[in-house]
Amino acid sequence: MSVRRLAKEQPESFAFKPETLEKANWWIAKYPDNRRQSAVIPILWLVQKQEGWVSEPAISAIAKMLGMAQIRVYEVATFYTMFMLEPVGSAALIQVCGTTPCMLRGSDKLMEVCKSKIGAKDKLSADGKFTWQEVECLGACTNAPMAQINDYFYEDLTPENLAQIIDDFAAGKSPKAGPYNGRHTSEPIGGATSLLDPKLYDGSASKPVKIPNAPVPEANA
Amino acid sequence: MAKTLGILEDKDRIFTNLYGFQDWGLEGAKQRGCWNATKDILSYGREWIITNVKNSGLRGRGGAGFSTGLKWSFMPKEVKDRPHYLVVNADESEPGTCKDREIMRHDPHLLIEGCLIASFAMQAHACYIYLRGEYVFERERLEAAVKQAYEAKLIGKNNVHGWDFDVYVHHGAGAYICGEETALLESLEGKKGQPRLKPPFPAGAGLYGCPTTVNNVESIAVVGTILRRGAEWFASFGAPNNTGTKLFCISGHVERPCNVEEAMSIPFRQLIEDHCGGIRGGWGNLKAVIPGGSSVPMIPAEQCENLPMDFDSLRALRSGLGTAAVIVMDKSTDLIRAIARLSYFYKHESCGQCTPCREGTGWMWRVMERMVKGDADPSEIDMLLEVTTQVEGHTICALGDAAAWPIQGLIRHFRHEIEDRITLYRSRKSNVAGHSIAAE
Repeated sequence: MSVRRLAKEQPESFAFKPETLEKANWWIAKYPDNRRQSAVIPILWLVQKQEGWVSEPAISAIAKMLGMAQIRVYEVATFYTMFMLEPVGSAALIQVCGTTPCMLRGSDKLMEVCKSKIGAKDKLSADGKFTWQEVECLGACTNAPMAQINDYFYEDLTPENLAQIIDDFAAGKSPKAGPYNGRHTSEPIGGATSLLDPKLYDGSASKPVKIPNAPVPEANA
Repeated sequence: MAKTLGILEDKDRIFTNLYGFQDWGLEGAKQRGCWNATKDILSYGREWIITNVKNSGLRGRGGAGFSTGLKWSFMPKEVKDRPHYLVVNADESEPGTCKDREIMRHDPHLLIEGCLIASFAMQAHACYIYLRGEYVFERERLEAAVKQAYEAKLIGKNNVHGWDFDVYVHHGAGAYICGEETALLESLEGKKGQPRLKPPFPAGAGLYGCPTTVNNVESIAVVGTILRRGAEWFASFGAPNNTGTKLFCISGHVERPCNVEEAMSIPFRQLIEDHCGGIRGGWGNLKAVIPGGSSVPMIPAEQCENLPMDFDSLRALRSGLGTAAVIVMDKSTDLIRAIARLSYFYKHESCGQCTPCREGTGWMWRVMERMVKGDADPSEIDMLLEVTTQVEGHTICALGDAAAWPIQGLIRHFRHEIEDRITLYRSRKSNVAGHSIAAE
């Protein structure tokens, strides 16, 4: 298991921004009235979006909001590895997938790029702009190697692509997410080998259909 | 012989927007046949739906391969004091697997329609779809599709289908273990994702202590099309007891890694050569395959030639179809390192609840790291194997098993590589030691 602790240095206080609060209430409404606790992960995530990381005062505020014991929120924040427990880079949080499918396609080289351009793993860069991590399988294995940068997936990367992406973030740009080898999504590069029949897309499938095996209507009572 | 099953024709594919070249939205989905005659399907009743899903032979697409229709039939027949829930497991985290992602971002309406049909069959008025936290784009897309379905009154209160039904999208925050169904329920209740002891099974006491069925995204998303085209249509693909079409995710050392929907039981070689441009460096360069996501044991190249990709055939080779995430490794692969990396994965993802897993995954990983270098005693190979069997089957959930199996697969088929590595390491060391002894 991964052992995670709160940061030593904590801010004095935390306050929800109005838009965070609004979204938090939208989440709470998804669950039965007496089950507000269900919203704890989404709200921790909203707080992380607002502040960049999850602090102790924020944990207290969420506990109060959801009527939970503080320790229960603390448990959740430390159990789930997407919650950043200390400040991360202001320009980009780069999470390179290092699990076997990406490793087979060269994620080691992507991590070397991060190391040389940003610095040590899991540490805020000297200029405060970047943090990079090695994370476990992100679920885009046919587009390996890949990295999640801030919220989105950057796929089919080469060390050169990634270096350029890091430079772009450093320059304040938002490079596009998705595959970097010219394909659309996860089709075989060079062209799909399936789903080529135009009849699939001519609307014929939307015409009224008779459902097979329909039960024989019983005689009207 | 390899051609007997043929490859699936386009007209028989369920996920017609798998790659996202078409409109993902409601209009596009309807054009491709989604939401067509859904009301008729519901009008035939719950029993009819469950019977037809059973007859189609659909086996759960999340890895375990249990009959989906049978699972639905375990729900209480009548709703009593507690509401029923459908929970869709979209926590796709098994290394190698990336199929549900394509459904959620490109064919989300097939999933929503399936949720309605499944919920109706199990008398649930609410469904939660639990996405892994990392799928931010997929969540945004799915939320947008759910909104469209509400606006078109396909779901919600007083919808056109006559079954009040709410879909809620929920998300996690980076914990592989939440793909285990009871850990997922714990997480959905706002707790650490630690699996529950079974029984009680979720069908008796699941989400909020209410009867619940947890199904994989693909299992639910195929249901609408199966019922529209008939159980026999679906059952006509694949070998007996392994029927249907299936999304395969092929990663690793193939020329063109991709996701593709194919007929179940397609021979491995045909799958790779027809859709992925073959093994990198040619068929002869294949070394081993992990055929169903990281948890299943690898199989060596010589067993892959005519191998049908389905539950029973892979099980006979002491591996499994799992999620049909095919990780291909060519002869350049350091298999020991590839498996050691998986051991690290399981060590990282163990929830820490059961001692054999919490301690065992760390121990196995540390030994595997030494095996990568060769810094081990040959007798430790057997010790490692022995420890895997002490973890396997001694934990609440299957993560312990999943951590043990890849190592067992490695030792079963490539023990000689581990031994060679140890010999090589020692031959270099002993020279150094010899010199130092001589110098004394």
